[in-house]
Amino acid sequence: MNTLLNNKLTGNKDQTVSFLILAAVLFVFFPLIFDIFRLNMVAKYLSLSFAAVGLVLCWGYGGILSLGQGVFWGLGGYAMAAFLKLEAAANIAKEAGSDQIKALSTIGLPDFMDWNQITELPYIWYPFKSFPITMVMILVLPGIVAYIIGVAMFKRRVSGVYFAIITQALCWIMEILFVTRQGWTGGINGITDLRTCLGWDIRTDSAQYILYFLTVALVLGMIIVGKLILQSKLGRLLVATRDMENRVRFSGYDAADFKIFIFCLSGVISSIGGAMFALNVGFMSPKLVTIEPSIYMVIFCAFGGRLSLVGAVYGTLIVCFGRTFFSELFPESWMFLMGTTFVLITMVFPRGVAGIVEDYGPRLLALFRKRSAGAEDLRIVKQAGVS
Amino acid sequence: MNKPVFHRVLGSLVATAALIASLGTSAMAADDWKNPVLDTYPTSTVVTSGIDVTDNYVTVGQLHSITGTMAISETGSVEAERLAIQQINDMGGILGRKIKIVQEDGASDWPTFAEKAKKLLVKDKVASVFGCWTSASRKAVLPIFEKENGMLYYPTFYEGLEASKNVIYTGQEATQQIIWGLDWAYQQGCRTFFLIGSDYIWPRTSNKIARIHIERYLKGAKVVGEEYYPLGHTNFNSLINKVKLKKPDCIYSIVVGGSNVSWYKQLNAAGITGAALAKKGKLLLTISTTEDEILGIGGKNVEGFYACMKYFQSLPNENNQAFVSAFKKMWGEDSVIGDVTQAAYLGPWLWKFTVEKAGSFDIDTLAVASEGIEFAAAPEGYVRIAKNHHLWSRAKIGQMLADGQFKVIAESDDLIMPDPFPEGYK
Amino acid sequence: MSGTLFFLDIFKDYSSDELSSIFVMQGFSGISLFSVFLLMALGLAIIFGQMKVINMAHGEFLTAGAYTTVLLSDLVTKYIPAALPYYFFIAIMMAFFVAFILGYIVEKLIVSYLYERPLDTLLATWGVSMVMQQSFRLIFGAREDSATMPEWLMGSWSPTESISIPINGLFLLLMSILMTTIVLLLMYRSRWGLRVRATVQNREMSTAVGINSKKVDRWTFALGCGLAGIAGAAFTTIGSVSPSAGSLYIVDTFIVVVFGGAGSIIGTILSAFGIAQAQSILEFFLTGVLAKVFVLLAIVGILMIRPQGIVANKVRQ
Repeated sequence: MNTLLNNKLTGNKDQTVSFLILAAVLFVFFPLIFDIFRLNMVAKYLSLSFAAVGLVLCWGYGGILSLGQGVFWGLGGYAMAAFLKLEAAANIAKEAGSDQIKALSTIGLPDFMDWNQITELPYIWYPFKSFPITMVMILVLPGIVAYIIGVAMFKRRVSGVYFAIITQALCWIMEILFVTRQGWTGGINGITDLRTCLGWDIRTDSAQYILYFLTVALVLGMIIVGKLILQSKLGRLLVATRDMENRVRFSGYDAADFKIFIFCLSGVISSIGGAMFALNVGFMSPKLVTIEPSIYMVIFCAFGGRLSLVGAVYGTLIVCFGRTFFSELFPESWMFLMGTTFVLITMVFPRGVAGIVEDYGPRLLALFRKRSAGAEDLRIVKQAGVS
Repeated sequence: MNKPVFHRVLGSLVATAALIASLGTSAMAADDWKNPVLDTYPTSTVVTSGIDVTDNYVTVGQLHSITGTMAISETGSVEAERLAIQQINDMGGILGRKIKIVQEDGASDWPTFAEKAKKLLVKDKVASVFGCWTSASRKAVLPIFEKENGMLYYPTFYEGLEASKNVIYTGQEATQQIIWGLDWAYQQGCRTFFLIGSDYIWPRTSNKIARIHIERYLKGAKVVGEEYYPLGHTNFNSLINKVKLKKPDCIYSIVVGGSNVSWYKQLNAAGITGAALAKKGKLLLTISTTEDEILGIGGKNVEGFYACMKYFQSLPNENNQAFVSAFKKMWGEDSVIGDVTQAAYLGPWLWKFTVEKAGSFDIDTLAVASEGIEFAAAPEGYVRIAKNHHLWSRAKIGQMLADGQFKVIAESDDLIMPDPFPEGYK
Repeated sequence: MSGTLFFLDIFKDYSSDELSSIFVMQGFSGISLFSVFLLMALGLAIIFGQMKVINMAHGEFLTAGAYTTVLLSDLVTKYIPAALPYYFFIAIMMAFFVAFILGYIVEKLIVSYLYERPLDTLLATWGVSMVMQQSFRLIFGAREDSATMPEWLMGSWSPTESISIPINGLFLLLMSILMTTIVLLLMYRSRWGLRVRATVQNREMSTAVGINSKKVDRWTFALGCGLAGIAGAAFTTIGSVSPSAGSLYIVDTFIVVVFGGAGSIIGTILSAFGIAQAQSILEFFLTGVLAKVFVLLAIVGILMIRPQGIVANKVRQ
């Protein structure tokens, strides 16, 4: 385990290879085999994988399990959706049917506000009139929320299960706030019918191709950021804090600061994913910021391997595709399958897919190489593999 | 009437098996079907856009939640639509073409609804889609139907404020369910109203319309309270105390989902029963509780309360009796049929009539041709599609009985006009 | 909204007699909500508080108890209707045993391997909860179910003309008092409780002095699940049960336990009482939705200042 960690931190060759493979799969392989409809689905799943990448950093390496990742993800998504909705509302006179327009009492206001008898744009929506400010909000909002939570919790040395539960409560509050403040958030319907971004129709095929590649580039960028941080001194201290918090503290560091930092960073990464989701899918819904999606994000991360940034992306894709296909094939029994998989992954493969690849990959590779050498050797390798 | 669980255990297993089997069979209903009227309706004239219509078949989509929390509510709609499609196929299909179904599961998740809607329109190129149940799922798929130019038949009573060229709304919009019902309550002597709802757009919009109607149009009537509780809320004691304090003549309830059971059970425990209210000349009127919900609540807990709907399973007309027995034959004797289930049943029929009138499957043609389409033999009685793609229909008041059914005690004299953007109610 | 207590305006039209009876009933509604919270949280207080296991399937054990009651009520209604007034006591016991046995199995197969990794119990038990929910859905169907209540549990008790106290609320109150007493006695006045507390404080040491800590864990976990089963049975008096009903309760339950200070049963009681009263009073003066939001915000605020909960225990991670 220790040598494995060291390898990770120093960023060995395997790491680079796995990163390049992922880049090739996302940039070349998927666009080649999938049409735009499936590719848009992949983009949607990739938007979720940002949260999983963030979780690798704060859970895998920082030891902080956040069950509230959906909150940050949702903040980014809602910020982006708010901007897009204002733009759609401004253009609605040109686009929608005449009945809809007649029914709106205030033209230019998002439709759901009108349905909730709001006649003036609420102040909290003002920042989202401007694209640059929206971009800043996507990065800063989750940062601030994470910072406040982080300071309150880590400075008092709350961690582990308590932290997890408190972040879960936050998720719940966020859901209730977003569902009940309908005039501001679109309530349970969410913010729907997003059309253009700075005049660019995001619903066309060409736009969705571009958005897909943008999403891929951003995911890979986040992985690189994560790697750089983990390879720095900060990254080592983080791992040290996770494993022996007291010793780090005795060495004169304030362990809480590292935790706050990584928690904020993971929040910001998730938030970017949320924003990409709003662009890719064209709407934002409170169903995506609640407790269940937040737990799913943890599961993506655990499935891919909580110590592997690249694994987080694979984990997300596998679980999401699995959910889609199994639910189509076996609508009655796919929940059994998913549930059992989670149990098995945590119990038998705590390092997830990445762990399986690391443990069995070399052996398979060896098998593969030996096969050409002859059946005799194969048997030996097999025996070695079993023992 | 609460069916014994152990019967339901068996029943649900059988129903599940039946549903799965029917998914397989209905698609291959008759692979050797030959269109007898092909000469009259050649494919080149009945379809000019890219939708999937061949000489002998036409493909439609069905998009409901089969799994997840909404599956409870949406199952009835799935079953009703399948019944209608099977009946249409048995009659020889539409323009001689038999209907094939592509079923997709929205999984109670709005992004999934959007994804599957796109799949149905882009990949399967279905000629129409019967689906959605919650407003949220409709809002999620609406932009896709408008952009890809599909046609959605939406069965649920809902808040209105919408009229799309690409949707036919076979349920009631808010005013159709509310105004006449309130007038009825007013005639029963109700002067004070307490409005209660689950906290989302349908109950809120409905109560807004109700409040305006009460305050503006019902002389001497007033609203003494308006309260919302989160979806899934299970503790209503504080609310019940408030109701007791205000002593309204009419408790107007739009509580939905699982909350319903707690709400009615606790009302009962607090002594607010149908009989107790009637003694004082008061009543409870709801627009959210159908036969489906009562199955879970238990008829005893709601006996004597009133609901305003456009359909009750116990409607005595012949068309309804035929519908109920066909439904039970297909989906089991224990089935109950609520308002939305019947509205879902209308969808395929209205589509058939529209296509036959227009002589075309093209969406743009249907959108225009829909106006004025009639379904005289609908289980709920005569309905007609209005220009705004909603239905003209009659509202009815039913009194809840201990066996879980309704006794129909009043019906509006005229068809009520659908008015999704009510002018006088802003 | 002048400077006075504007919210008292709603009372100005009523006589003092009416008001006092409303206050009595309102006080009682707070107490019955307290009973609900306490019943939910007791089992979790043991599992999460004592063993540090995040049991996400706690709600499903509750559901299992509720379904046991519904099943029994249907059997009794059909075959021995004469026993209807009494079946509920047997249902509660059966609910306990069903949930207890399920809990025992889950601990043996899954949780027992994860004590070293408390956060992982969360993922594994989430998987368990998915499997249990789907099993309920397959066995009982997706619809809401409710049990037939014995006549004596329905209706209300009226000490005066204008006061009516729901009997099912009284019943819940009695149940929660009884259960709490039993749990407190078990934990602090029995050999078994001594062993549990010893294991919690120092596992190696307690093993060294001859406590079978594996067995203690297994029984503690199963007992917590059994308590959830009882809560489920009790809840059929006020609500319904559906396959996913458990997920409605799970967050509330965790919040009660964490707010009370994990590891302290007294803390759980205080926190259930505080949250229930606050929510019930706010619901009366504001609306249901706002009440919930305010209460949650207050809880998070207090937890920010006092993360260890109301009653601090020395155990802190």
